[in-house]
Parts: sequence; C-alpha cells; structure tokens
Amino acid sequence: MSRSIVPAATAPALPLSDTPDASARGPRPRTVGVGRVGLYAFLVIAAAFFLLPAGVMVLTSLKSMDEIRVGSIFALPQSLDFSAWVAAWSSACTGLSCDGIRVGFWNSVQILVPSVFLSIAAGAIVGYALSFWRVRGANVLFAVLLIGAFMPYQVFIYPMVRTFSAVGIYNSLACIVIIHVIFGLPIMTLLFRNFYASLPQELFNAARVDGAGFWRIFAHVMLPMSTPMLIVAAILQITHIWNDFILGLVFAGRENLPMTVQLNNVVNSTYGERAYNLNMAATILTAAVPLVVYFVSGRWFVRGIAAGAVKG
Amino acid sequence: MTTPRSRPNMATLVLVPVWGVVLAAYVGTMLWTAQISFTASRLLPVNEYVGFDQYERLFASARWLVSIQNIAIFGFLFIVGCLVIGFVLAVALDQKIRFENTLRTIFLYPYAMSFIVTGLIWQWLMNPGLGIQKAVRDWGFESFRFDWAVDREMALYAVVLAGLWQASGLVMALMLAGLRGIDQELWKATRIDGIPAWRVYLSIVVPILRPIIITAVVLLAISVVKSYDLVVALTNGGPGIATEVPAKFIMDHLFTRQNIGLATAAATVMMITVAAVLAPWLYMEYFRRQRAGGAA
Repeated sequence: MSRSIVPAATAPALPLSDTPDASARGPRPRTVGVGRVGLYAFLVIAAAFFLLPAGVMVLTSLKSMDEIRVGSIFALPQSLDFSAWVAAWSSACTGLSCDGIRVGFWNSVQILVPSVFLSIAAGAIVGYALSFWRVRGANVLFAVLLIGAFMPYQVFIYPMVRTFSAVGIYNSLACIVIIHVIFGLPIMTLLFRNFYASLPQELFNAARVDGAGFWRIFAHVMLPMSTPMLIVAAILQITHIWNDFILGLVFAGRENLPMTVQLNNVVNSTYGERAYNLNMAATILTAAVPLVVYFVSGRWFVRGIAAGAVKG
Repeated sequence: MTTPRSRPNMATLVLVPVWGVVLAAYVGTMLWTAQISFTASRLLPVNEYVGFDQYERLFASARWLVSIQNIAIFGFLFIVGCLVIGFVLAVALDQKIRFENTLRTIFLYPYAMSFIVTGLIWQWLMNPGLGIQKAVRDWGFESFRFDWAVDREMALYAVVLAGLWQASGLVMALMLAGLRGIDQELWKATRIDGIPAWRVYLSIVVPILRPIIITAVVLLAISVVKSYDLVVALTNGGPGIATEVPAKFIMDHLFTRQNIGLATAAATVMMITVAAVLAPWLYMEYFRRQRAGGAA
C-alpha cells in the first residue's frame, strides 16, 4: 500500500470513472456495467444456494405438522411456534428413551471438555519436544503420526475395541476421551510443531543459557507465545470433536452417546409419520455449537482451517 | 532442531509414552487388522489362517465392488467440484465487491457443520413428498423431479451435492487467502499487455495457487476416504446398495453382519491404498524438504 506514485499513464485500461487516487492503489482489472451486474447476480444466486438449507430448516422447525403437510417448504410459518424446539430438546425419542436431544448435548459437552483440553496439551508438548529438542527417532515418530492422520478410522477400530474391552473401560466416557486424544494427536502435533518451528531459535537458546530446563522453557517461554496457535487448535478440536459421529458411535457406549449419534437416532429410527419440525429443530440444536464457534471466532476459524491444512 | 545435547534428555523421556501410544494405537492396530484379515474369523476372531480367502471373497462381493466404484465416482466429482466451485467463488469475492465478509461467511458456514447434519438436511430437501420437489410442483411445474436421495440412479449424486454444499466454502477460503497473496504488480503488468482477465486466471494465477490447490485436494481426499457419516445420514447406503462406500462396508461387516475377517480384509485394502498414495507425497512434502532446510 506504500506505493503511492503510480503515473496514470501506466494504467491505461482503468475505467474512466475511477478517481486518480483509486487508480494509484492499483485495483484489479474490472469491467463496469454488465460484467459487474453479472458478478453480483452470480454471488447472490450462490449465496441463495448456500443459505437455502438453513433457511428451510429454520422455517420448518417453527411450523406445526399440519402446516408442514399442506404447505410449501418455502412458505413462512403462520405463527411462531417454538413447541417443536421444546420437544426436540426435552422429549424427542432416541431409541428406547424419550428425554430429548439434551441428553446427547450434555454427553457431548462431557466428552468435549476433557478431550479438547487433553489433546491440545498433548499436541503442544509433543510439538515442542519435536521442534526444539534433539530427540532420537523424532522423524520416525513424526512420520508415523502423519500416516495416522490420514488413515481411515476403520483400520484401527476393531483392535481398539478389543483392547479397550480387555482393559475394561470400553463403552465409557474415559474410553471416548482417550480415543479423541489418540486420534487428535497427529494433527495437534503437526500444528504445534510447525508453529514452534517458526519461532526464533535464539529465544530457546537464551533460555537454555539461563539454565532453564525442558518444562520451564515450555511453561515460561513457549506457552505464553502460543496463544494464537492455542486458539486455532481449540477451534479445530471443538468443531471436530463435537461433529464426530463414528468414534462416539463405537466407543462412547449407550450411556454417553454424543449429540450427533442421538440426532441420527432421533431422525432415522422413528417409524410412522416423521415429526419434521421436531427433527429440524433437533438438527439446528446439534449444529449450534460449532456454528457459534464459527460465528464468534470469524477469521480464526479460517486460520484454523488453513493451519489444519497440514502446511502450517 | 539443531540443538546440541549431551545430558540424558527430558524431551526423550517425555516422548516415551507418546512412542508407546503411537506404536500401540497406530502401528499395532494396523498390523493386528491385517493379521485378522488372513484368518477365518467371523463373529469372533479365530486363529485359523486361510491365506487370501477373505480377499477373494471380498473382491467377489458385489457390495464391495459397488462400494469401490461409488467412492471413486464420489471422490472424483466431490474433489473436482469443490475445486471448481471454490475457485470461482474465490475469484468472484476477490473483485473488490461489497458485503464481501457477509458472503464469505455464507459460503463457509456449512463447513462448521457435521456431515451428519449436512446429510439430514439434504435428505429432507430431496425428499419427494416434502422437499424442493413438492414445493416446485405446488407452484405448477407438475413434472419437476428432485428426488435424488431415493432414486437409485441419482442417489450417489445426491451425496455429491450435499458434500459440495458442505465443503466448497473451505476451498473458497483457502483460495481467497492465496489470491490475496498475489502481487498487485502482476495485474498491472497483464493489463498493460492487454491479456484478458480470464486468461490471467487460468494461465498465471492457477499455477501460482498450486500449493494451495494441493493442500485443498489433500484435505478433501481425507474426507472422501473417511466418508461414512454423510452416507449414513443421507441415504444409509441405499436405495439398495446404490450409495455404499468402503468405510460403511467395513463398519457394517464389523458390527452388524458379524464378519470380522471380511471387514478387516476390506480395511487392509483401504490401508494399503491410502499408504501407497501417501508415502511418496509425505516424503516429498516433509522429509525431502526438511533435509534441504536442515542443510541450510
């Protein structure tokens, strides 16, 4: 932005309506008129496509079943009726019990909090050990972790079920938390390793000269500098663990099924006429936590995706 | 990474349990899965070795062959579709438009949702008795059809459509970041030369974005290999076996069809396929570059 003097003559294709000041900042090539209108039309249509499902869900969740049966999915509800939301939260049936999706919500919270905390802690420590300390076999360890990150869960699931059964904690809260920590380890290690590799080595050397050891350097030098990466890691893990389906289905046990699994049970195991309004309310409630994270964290969410994109 | 060390080292000590977890949870389970696949295990694992019998049964199974075909079609359309849509959206958003932040938020929000939620949403929209089809017919277009989720021919494309809706925004976000990193001088230079914008995008910008495109392909490919939730929520593999995928084949045979030998054989095939694609890429991406960097 500091290039202030660009002679207008070097930019002959600029539209005439542009002020010299704007041309000095060198905007992208663009056409006025038809092209511009077409561009906005395209963006509006694309936005409509992306918004349509959410819109339909909110509208339907606010209607009564009678209204749903006769009306169009695009029609506005005749009156605001939140009873489907109340029912979805507290009395929807999942399999045998009818306590609503709130059971799954609290299960997910119970799974989420320790899983997020422990997986980030583990990833930060391992990433730190791998990036600043000379450790024998570090490359091999890292390679195995990377392979683990890409393998489908189906490859690991059965032996893990057997092992956890043998230990006696299969189908428990502890089991699903341990599973999330194990499967979160590769991506968390990758994130923190790449982040610490970008910090100046002098910082570490200075702390070493001052006589600080492994844990002191971690706690007093590295951790305080890690805030951006901690936020990114937290966003990634919160959305990822909340959205998990298959691991919760297999390892959590019937008492601890996460919200995604219970949602699928509510929707896909009912017989007779489906309560679409209730189903949609339950779906919105299940999507609410990651959506709130997304809306609140904004650009951090984008950074988290980019950081989770293996390149760091 | 180049710190000289002499004393026995706390870092090594800290990594011992990590080694334990990694060897047991990743390496051990992979070997174990492969081992079971060579046995006659059905409901319970047994130690009767049968060579490649399970693999022969696997590749004689129509369900498995359909699964592989489906994942190939889904994977191709999903990855190419996400790249094209994501690129077009990113280019459109990069034209100094109004409401850019709002639009970016709209395009990306589905990515925050789980595949389960995505699958259920599109299941409703493509439900002929309730969804878009009914709405459009009620407007007077009597012959309009949009019942993909329950149509044997179209169900796989229903899965693709839902996947595109969920993940295109991710590619858009990555590519937009890449476009913002391109030097403004490039645009001036091409304008002076009178090159049309679309040519600049195709011949100059796309090659510059290559690393981002590779990253996007890797991320999308991971979700293709792991695609289980989306299919379960949207079609549950149906109608018939029209939307079966390998991950679902394995889960069904492990937990409901009680055929552990066949399931682990399928898992081993998946494992080898992923490893074969992964190994050269990981080597290029991390270890070769790291060596070059370490020397500098």
